[in-house]
Amino acid sequence: MIKGNFIDNLPKVYGIYTGGFLAFIILMAIGEQMGMTSKAIGICFVAFTVFIYAIIGYLSRTAQADAYYVAGRQVPTVFNGMATAADWMSGASFVAMAGGIYFKGYGYMALLVGWTGGYVLVATLLAPYLRKFGCYTVPDFIGTRYGGNLTRFLAVVVLTVASFTYVTAQINATGTIASVALDIPFQYAVYVGLVSILLCSMLGGMRGVTWTQVAQYIVLIIAYLLPVFWISNKMGAGFFPHFMLADEVARIGELEQQFGFVKNAAADLKTVPKGLAGITKAHSAVNATPWAFISLALAMMMGTASLPHVMMRYFTTPSVKAARKSVGWSLFFIFLLYSSAPMLATLSKLSLIDPTLPTGIIGKSIAEVQAIDWYQNWNQANLMFVSDFNGNGTLELNEFFMGGKAVVLATPEIAGLPYVISGLVAAGGMAAAMSTADGLILAIANAISHDVYYKIIDPKAETAKRLVVARVLLVVIGFAGATIAAMEIQGILGSVIWAFDFAMSGLFFPLVLGVWWKRANREGAIAGMALGLLSGMGYLIWVRNGGSGFLGITQLTFGIFGSAVSLVAMVVVSLITSEPSAATQKMVDNVRVPAGKSII
Amino acid sequence: MSKQEQHWEKTRGLLFMTLAIWFVFSIGIFLFGAEMNSTTGPFGYPLTYWFTCQGSLGIFVILIFWFANRQEKIDEEFGFSEREDD
Repeated sequence: MIKGNFIDNLPKVYGIYTGGFLAFIILMAIGEQMGMTSKAIGICFVAFTVFIYAIIGYLSRTAQADAYYVAGRQVPTVFNGMATAADWMSGASFVAMAGGIYFKGYGYMALLVGWTGGYVLVATLLAPYLRKFGCYTVPDFIGTRYGGNLTRFLAVVVLTVASFTYVTAQINATGTIASVALDIPFQYAVYVGLVSILLCSMLGGMRGVTWTQVAQYIVLIIAYLLPVFWISNKMGAGFFPHFMLADEVARIGELEQQFGFVKNAAADLKTVPKGLAGITKAHSAVNATPWAFISLALAMMMGTASLPHVMMRYFTTPSVKAARKSVGWSLFFIFLLYSSAPMLATLSKLSLIDPTLPTGIIGKSIAEVQAIDWYQNWNQANLMFVSDFNGNGTLELNEFFMGGKAVVLATPEIAGLPYVISGLVAAGGMAAAMSTADGLILAIANAISHDVYYKIIDPKAETAKRLVVARVLLVVIGFAGATIAAMEIQGILGSVIWAFDFAMSGLFFPLVLGVWWKRANREGAIAGMALGLLSGMGYLIWVRNGGSGFLGITQLTFGIFGSAVSLVAMVVVSLITSEPSAATQKMVDNVRVPAGKSII
Repeated sequence: MSKQEQHWEKTRGLLFMTLAIWFVFSIGIFLFGAEMNSTTGPFGYPLTYWFTCQGSLGIFVILIFWFANRQEKIDEEFGFSEREDD
């Protein structure tokens, strides 16, 4: 099925797939009416979608290095855009983003700007040139452009540090969703999630991951948009929420004025379960300093351009031209979800806090709220909590607490949508987390198998042996990630943001200058990667241990410090050592021109 | 100047122009976030809020496609575009 004319048939294949998925949703809706339990629906959604991905993963199996590492370089622009969007939008984007906006408002929106603006850097500075280069992995580019095993090895180190930080968060997210949907303890659910992830990538490598990611994008975007539109219509907020929620945004502002943000006593806050938060920040007002906003956005943008699992998606397009266009499509598909998250946050917040709406709980008596079905469900899931701090018997804004994930997971139920939507959302979250985890694990395993094993340890290894090594590494790294995820060290979002900072500290300037500055040489790249990563990491450790930091650089934006050190180190060391060989300079010239053979 | 140098000069020019637009909508306007937000933006949202929800994001999408087209033109002009692509 996945051969020859498969590429030409892609629109048809995925059209049928989308139709089939919609039919499945309708089938579940009918099942719900006929009395299927919510638990059964949840299990069906997650099990059915994961089963489909596994089939796609199996059909994409391959024994060729080219297919395993870069999907045979024949993925059309639009489909690569979808795959990149799924690769990019993690469990955090899907489950936690609307929640972050809901609780933190403007200060958090820097992430939206950063996670989209970064693609402009990808399109202009890197993707087309790395595609021309013809490498299999990002360290492959560094190793060939600068020469020497040490550069290659350092690039693998940075890639592994950044991607591994990220992947544990994704496996954690698959575990969370699997544990809720399948009703099993988290420690086991993490491994269920891991097995699902490996089913997609084990046999087909990049090819398997590409075609499952397209399928996962379709599921996740339907699962995100359908409830947003439905809730908006049901609340009478407007049939196309993106253009029509101005009144709702203004109304939230009014209510904030009316209720005020009352500060809770520390002793009272101690009684609130861990991980839950109250509404303490204005919804649409500017509540962060320009530098706080800009530094976070900048860190995310440069991080985006340095994350290898994203960059390697553009190695799979048929041409340089296609790589550029594909970045545009990627961002378009990402935009569809990102522009909906603030709308969902608005709808969710208004439906909960507006006393004039039937779903509003602020102003109701505590006992009444505690008797609501959905409140009981989500309270039990440890995502919602009310407490009568001032003892007046009525629920105030500052007495209502919610987990960030609840905005996406619970709003459909609060708004009175049928359970089938909650099942759909679970499947979407699973798809988002799985697709990102797959991309990340593959990026790490490919870098170690291709760059460390094949290029450094055993350059004579046959393809069959290389692919066995690649697959073994895939499983090992997956299990390592799952084991750490099971320990639950950082929240989902914290570790995601660190990954961006690590990546930009060590890789941004070595990658960009590799194309744009001919004079950059091996010594400079080594200094840039090593000092960048070390200084970024050092800064993080310092701030985490009570250091005050400087220039307003926090533990979320330490990459700004790391990459600045990296830039200075790289330029200074390059200039005091000899310029790169004529052959290397010629290679850079070739990279800058789309026509002609690839470098490797 | 060789053909390749001219091509690279134009490519660099396009890069700077694209990055300038990018800078305005990812960083520049947020220097004035508080001031701008009191203005009503498209669809009635507060202006800065609208930029963070939709505006900047949408502009980036358009910017990348515009850049890709311009770069293709530059490549064609110097005969550096790939002959075959599918």
